[in-house]
Amino acid sequence: MTQNREGRSSGMSFGSLARRPEAGSLVGLVLVYTFFAIMGGAVFVGAPGWSSWLNIAAEVGIVALPVGLLMIAGELDISVGSVIPASQMTAAIISGHFGLPILLGIGCGLGVGLLVGYINGLLVTRTTIPSLIITIGTMFGVMGLTLGFAVLIAGSTSVFLVPTPLTKLVLGTFLGGMFNVSIFWWIAFAIVIYFLLHFSPLGNWIFALGGDRDSARNAGIPTRGLTIWLYMLSGFAAAFVGILQLMTYQNAQVATGQSFIFNSIMCVVIGGVILTGGSGSVIGIVIGTATFAIVNQGIFFSGLDPNIGSIIIGALLLAAVLSNDGFRALALKYSTKKG
Amino acid sequence: MSANAPILALRNVNKSFGPIDVLHDINLEVRAGEVLCLLGDNGAGKSTLIRILSGVHQPTTGAIEMDGGQVSFPNPRAAADKGIATVHQFGGTFPLMSIGRSFFVGVEPTKGWGPFKVYDRKKANAIAVKAVQDFGITRIDDGDRLVGGLSGGERQSLAIARAVHFGARVLILDEPTAALGVKQAAHVLRIVNEAKRRGLAVIFITHQVMHAMAVGDHFAVLIRGAVAADFKKGEKSREQITDLMAGGETMADLEKSIDGYMSTHGGHPPPPAH
Repeated sequence: MTQNREGRSSGMSFGSLARRPEAGSLVGLVLVYTFFAIMGGAVFVGAPGWSSWLNIAAEVGIVALPVGLLMIAGELDISVGSVIPASQMTAAIISGHFGLPILLGIGCGLGVGLLVGYINGLLVTRTTIPSLIITIGTMFGVMGLTLGFAVLIAGSTSVFLVPTPLTKLVLGTFLGGMFNVSIFWWIAFAIVIYFLLHFSPLGNWIFALGGDRDSARNAGIPTRGLTIWLYMLSGFAAAFVGILQLMTYQNAQVATGQSFIFNSIMCVVIGGVILTGGSGSVIGIVIGTATFAIVNQGIFFSGLDPNIGSIIIGALLLAAVLSNDGFRALALKYSTKKG
Repeated sequence: MSANAPILALRNVNKSFGPIDVLHDINLEVRAGEVLCLLGDNGAGKSTLIRILSGVHQPTTGAIEMDGGQVSFPNPRAAADKGIATVHQFGGTFPLMSIGRSFFVGVEPTKGWGPFKVYDRKKANAIAVKAVQDFGITRIDDGDRLVGGLSGGERQSLAIARAVHFGARVLILDEPTAALGVKQAAHVLRIVNEAKRRGLAVIFITHQVMHAMAVGDHFAVLIRGAVAADFKKGEKSREQITDLMAGGETMADLEKSIDGYMSTHGGHPPPPAH
């Protein structure tokens, strides 16, 4: 017995690292970065390269974090793709078209995200329809409403808005002409969600929800409330990205955001979240997002055909799913072989 | 002595889902330090009965009594708060969570202050490991291990230890041995005995008569939603109980009819009756 214990603790550092859910994604990140550092050269490893992929990573990352929480809890959210344009269009119509105070516009834009999230959560918890289908439904619904109202009220599919200096500074500046402030918002979201998932008791509830919904409910976890809350969080984050885009480009488009649907899910999966739920980590999601963004932007620095970037992302995704399963098996096996 | 006062009792409980009556006039009692075995074939209403006891469903008519007073469980949490713990077939635990984390699901120990309360991993692991080891599962010594890496019996034991730790007075075990091998099942039966020794009232749901007879003090056989027989340890033999569960058709008769058929049909067994 004691021998067993000693034997294990000596091999602990490497073993415990390899069993962490983000272990595989870290390997992927290092490989991808090295590849593009060689192909892209000094420009890619310098500030232009970093700002280019960080700007992309920040926007996807803010959405990917709460989508990752949902996936850990065993649900999907497709509707983020239409919440982004809906929130920026709402804000642009209120503050740009009607000229009302910009804070009101931002508040209503974020409110749209919370509302869509609430509806998603309600539908997912009150029906037995898979969340994939429900959120595809709400995505199309919100998309249609955004387009309809934009044309009806503003008479156009794109609405301009001139932010005040303060909102521009906080939500839409490029620091040093390169780094978008969204990067800092991404870091802030990551820290808050990292704390939520890994340190607060709530995180345990999320893992339990994804692990076994019935057992979680029997253990007294308010599963319905928690699910609705998680959908509202992802709606809010998507709406927030919509506002960030609006403040950066000063123009709301009804057609933005579709790319976020697959991209956010890919970042989460590349980050080691298991598709069936119950396992994953915020560090993994951040790593997955960075990996995705590096491939996405690195391809332009490398001089390769941009289509190769899509192939690399596709391959990464499949490799990630395979290795996620491998790491899960490793994590489970570790405990049975001793004793 | 406490043996005379039931902790939990069902009085004339009926349950119907729409037009379908699932349970009829169920009367059951379970006392501290006693194992009540609830036997019944598939579809006899065992699951519905468990769900009523654990607050998932509410009886259509009839009453649930605890310590002699009428109670109602509007949701599972209410039942849990009154000390009723349900352990499901696969232990009701989370394969990809650590032992410590799954042990404290819903009641996480925290340290820190206000919104910065954090989950206390060390404390959770230490308490979880100790609770399980107190039940004789000494193989579990690391609270960071994943639940999915435990054997079926260990998972059940973990779930039972968890229920006992959180002050359960009534332990409902839903087919705890159904998916287990012989050795693992014996393991779980020992844990059941330990829970009984500690003065818990145990409701043990099974359709394996052997397992029921190994730990049971009191038996109730459920047939088509009604209590068909209610008897104490030693009052009936294993064959009698099996016959009861099969709905009155005795195993001996069944064997005879199969033998008779086979002898007249060149050794072929009869086709299924329905």
